[in-house]
Amino acid sequence: MNVLLCSLIVLIVSGVFAFSLNRCVKFANGMGAAGAVTACVVGLGALFAVYNNPTAAVFSIPWAIPCGSFSLGADALSAVFLFPVFLLSALSALYGFDYLKHYYGKKNIGAAWLFYNLLVASMALVIMARNAILFLSAWEMMSVSSCFLVLFEGEKRDVARAGLIYLVATHIGTLFLLVMFILLGKESGSWDFAAWQGTRAGFGPSLIFLCALIGFGTKSGFVPMHIWLPEAHPAAPSHVSALMSGVMIKTGIYGLLRIMTFLGMPCAWWGYLLIAIGSLSGILGVLFALAQSDFKRLLAYSSIENIGIILMGIGLGVVGLSVQNSFLMVMGFAGGLLHVVNHAFFKGLLFLGAGAVYHETGTRKMDLLGGLLKKMPITGFCFLVGAAAICGLPPLNGFVSEFLVYYASFKSISGSTSLVFAAVGIITSLALIGGLAAACFTKAFGIIFLGETRTACGQNAHEAGVFMRLSMVILAVACIVIGLSAPLFIGVFARIIADVSGSPLSLIQLCLMEAGPPLISVVVMAVCLFIVVVLTVLLRRSFLSGRVITRFPTWDCGYARPDPRMQYTASSFAQPVVDFFKGVLRTQKQAVKITRYFPDSPSFKTETTDLFSETVFRPMLRSMRRFTGKLTWLQHGKLQFYILYIVFALVALFIWKL
Amino acid sequence: MPAKIAQFILVLTLSPFLFGVLNRTKAFFAGRKGSPLLQLYYDIFKLLRKGAVYSTTTTWVFIAGPVVSLSAVITASFLIPWAGHPAVIQFDGDIILFIYLLGLARFFTVLAALDTGSSFEGMGASREMQFALFAEPALFLSLASLARVTGQMSFSGIFSTGVINFWPVYGPVFFLVFGAVFIVFLAENSRIPVDDPNTHLELTMIHEVMVLDHGGVDFAYILYGAAVKFWLLGTLLAGMFLGASSRGWMMDSAVFILQMSVLAVIVGVVESTLARLRLLKVPHFLIIALALSAVAFILTMRS
Amino acid sequence: MTMWVDFIIVAVLLLDLMMLSSSRIRNCIQIAAVQGTLVGLMPLFVESHPGALSPVVASFFSIFLKGVVFPWLLFRALREANIRKEVEPIGGYPLSLLMGVVMFAMGFWLSKRLLYPDPFVPALGAPVSFATFFTGVFLIISRMKAITQVIGYLILENGIYLFGAVFLGGQSLLVELAILLDIFAAVFVMGITIFHINREFDHIDTQKLSELKDIITSK
Repeated sequence: MNVLLCSLIVLIVSGVFAFSLNRCVKFANGMGAAGAVTACVVGLGALFAVYNNPTAAVFSIPWAIPCGSFSLGADALSAVFLFPVFLLSALSALYGFDYLKHYYGKKNIGAAWLFYNLLVASMALVIMARNAILFLSAWEMMSVSSCFLVLFEGEKRDVARAGLIYLVATHIGTLFLLVMFILLGKESGSWDFAAWQGTRAGFGPSLIFLCALIGFGTKSGFVPMHIWLPEAHPAAPSHVSALMSGVMIKTGIYGLLRIMTFLGMPCAWWGYLLIAIGSLSGILGVLFALAQSDFKRLLAYSSIENIGIILMGIGLGVVGLSVQNSFLMVMGFAGGLLHVVNHAFFKGLLFLGAGAVYHETGTRKMDLLGGLLKKMPITGFCFLVGAAAICGLPPLNGFVSEFLVYYASFKSISGSTSLVFAAVGIITSLALIGGLAAACFTKAFGIIFLGETRTACGQNAHEAGVFMRLSMVILAVACIVIGLSAPLFIGVFARIIADVSGSPLSLIQLCLMEAGPPLISVVVMAVCLFIVVVLTVLLRRSFLSGRVITRFPTWDCGYARPDPRMQYTASSFAQPVVDFFKGVLRTQKQAVKITRYFPDSPSFKTETTDLFSETVFRPMLRSMRRFTGKLTWLQHGKLQFYILYIVFALVALFIWKL
Repeated sequence: MPAKIAQFILVLTLSPFLFGVLNRTKAFFAGRKGSPLLQLYYDIFKLLRKGAVYSTTTTWVFIAGPVVSLSAVITASFLIPWAGHPAVIQFDGDIILFIYLLGLARFFTVLAALDTGSSFEGMGASREMQFALFAEPALFLSLASLARVTGQMSFSGIFSTGVINFWPVYGPVFFLVFGAVFIVFLAENSRIPVDDPNTHLELTMIHEVMVLDHGGVDFAYILYGAAVKFWLLGTLLAGMFLGASSRGWMMDSAVFILQMSVLAVIVGVVESTLARLRLLKVPHFLIIALALSAVAFILTMRS
Repeated sequence: MTMWVDFIIVAVLLLDLMMLSSSRIRNCIQIAAVQGTLVGLMPLFVESHPGALSPVVASFFSIFLKGVVFPWLLFRALREANIRKEVEPIGGYPLSLLMGVVMFAMGFWLSKRLLYPDPFVPALGAPVSFATFFTGVFLIISRMKAITQVIGYLILENGIYLFGAVFLGGQSLLVELAILLDIFAAVFVMGITIFHINREFDHIDTQKLSELKDIITSK
């Protein structure tokens, strides 16, 4: 525990140092990055000890704030969520060191590192907090520091707008968390997590669960509370986007699981609700991702999809718990938790790759890019690994976690009616999500990295810096390694599931053992795949040895003057699917109609805005503004009257209490 | 073990033969004599002896396309049972891995197509992805129905229980599942009415257009991979008419090969008698498969 | 015997789905006719209660009406009124088809909550008759033309008839026949109306009937 505290202190101190030494930019950059990397590596080292001995990992000192105590703890649940936080933060910091060099003299590098390190520290603090006030403070610190990072390029109009949307949305979420903590705290009379364990009766738990769902769901991007996510994530610098998408939104999942440990036996409908929200988030997230033309926005929407997959797993787990089907419970939770870790890796990798592309070309529009694989071979390869992993393709890590969720669903297919409907719903949505994700990421990789360069944007691109490449390669290797070694460490989740469900550890280990043979077979098949690939490559080489290999332009169908701009674009690649789902996506098309024989330069533009922000939130906010507009006479700018308001309020309170 | 090796080798060697049967059937309906039954073998051997021409646009992804997709399909063949006898590798949930291996093959084929930078290949890739989107859930749902009826979670489990014994009780379910899987089968193997394997005209092309720039060994890999995939998915259809294996491996195998040939004839008849659907109608056709499989699944839940 | 009943019921269900996905009005009329005939056969297979109408008579009567008379009337209306061939659904065919599956699932769920008087009824009867009923309602709601709405009524009636035939063993066939006569009158009247609307307005799009409102108020 002390080691973890040390790493937190190192984070904060190095951030402050970097900020105060901002005049020497190089030093600030190095200081911030080095601090983050050291702290995270130290933290990672401490995690193994913490996991093995959770009772020792407690730290508590009294705190001046009413009802608050600075009590930290790290059990298995915290450890598993801290692991991706530290790992991805370290790699993103490494990457950010190179990435921010580009901004020397243009931006305040020291401030960027201060908020980055604060963000990492607050995420760790959220996961370790054992007191409601401390949790909320850390939560707020996380929101605010990430908001400042989103505003890194705040002079741009859309970035400023994204920052504002994020700030408002995240505070609406916090409001629900506050209500939830008040409900929990009122019942037990204490604000320490330790006092909340135990079962409750009546409507209380369901109300608390719903508040948690909305509050944590806003942070995690459950549909329809996701609207800030596709705005804020693309606006931030890429190493921060990686951190936000990879781990920050998972703190919502952590919070949900942590609250579930207080609520005792869950109702079955909680699980069904989670599954429903999960499949809605999954399908809509990936559909909107497919329709985007900005690659960072695409990745942001795909985070919503993956949160959906995680939720489906956890929902299955909750249903399994409530119907006392322990196998279903264990598989569901294990699949969801494994996907939490996996998503941190491949989404972090993809955002880092996207950042490298943005860094080199200066654009986020896929349709302007192309052919970058020749100029950035390593970035391209890593991006391909990430893309294949996020589509859930074997033998990478994404497949393993989706496999567990599928497996649990198939196992429960012969049960009672409502469970079967849920299981078959999950199977269908996962299959649909798989197909859509494959379309989405073949589009992203194919259009950005393959073919010819479409415009001048990518002409001068070259490979990313050493540290940027290093962090991407590490993440790509991690994706492959987890895919191949899943059976070895799946047992790590046993203690978490025991904590969340309140079932005996031995039973859960037994259930996880049962999942061992299929997982091992998956690995065997992966090895087979590898051997077959090597054999086919060798065979191909022996066939081609001694034969003539010529290079020639792509077949042009008889048209003698092909131009790179004639290549299929991202929008055209996605058009059939986008058109099929036009009822949901509502893509707007703007085209100049050609009227004359020799037309002026024609243009065609498509844009897919978010369904919920257009149809739900915008009208809601508009009517709210109309209502609050009527109260503007209260806010007239005269200081004397404001003081009068305060006096009135104080007197009113005084009278009420008297 | 020898039987398993034998059936693996038989799948790999016999699969191009089905295309011969299929093309003969089509030739019969067109009043032609048709190409030899072993034509695909000749084609593959011819291609294997050729050199290679690569586009200046392409990268290693273009070569990885055929290699990975053929490897994925061959690996997937480990999971498919033979004539009611268990597959080389079997485990609960191999259904999922099988479908995702086919997804892996598609992923790389599509990327290889996009690597050429040609609009035509981009068009084919886009359509392939769209059709797979509807075919995959239909296949999953159909297999879920079979899994529920037979109480098994692996291909070997499902197809070695003697599926034909379930027909009297679950007739309607199997009827609908067969219909759904048959539609998926036609779509995945790019047959009429979804795709036309014989045209090389850009507007009707889906699968053929993606592999336009491949030649030599790479194209041989693609043709061979398509043949193996045809066999594997065909096994799911033929497997629904298998009795419990009792007549010994040799006899079973003979019957099974006969069944697969009959399937190829049926596909040939379908191809000869139907016209290709308009491209915009294809999703509609695949949604029918999805609806059939969903209805089949709900039917399994009665009583 | 039960196997045959099952197959007829599944066929009725498939005809619902075909109905939802077919784009030609001509096909729709044919499907409704075939479905009516299949449903009309049901009394022959289900054990009838003593004192009920003779199954042969009931079966003959409904097959004659639904398989021969109605299609003939509708085809006549189609010909006379020069209706265009397309169905014009709201929301497209794939959505209609998926709605069909959803309606079947809903019917299945509903039928699980019913209490059956007789334990030996075919298990698929109730869900499919619900699904057919919903399909009829859905057709009436989602299709633009007057003639497709008439077809929707026919499908709806098929659903009711199937339910009666399967569950009440012909006890209610007299009621059924009364409904059938109502529908007969309705189809007949609709046929004439369609013809007249067409003569007056050159189309039979029900959405455009709302234009009549203005004419009435302005007078």
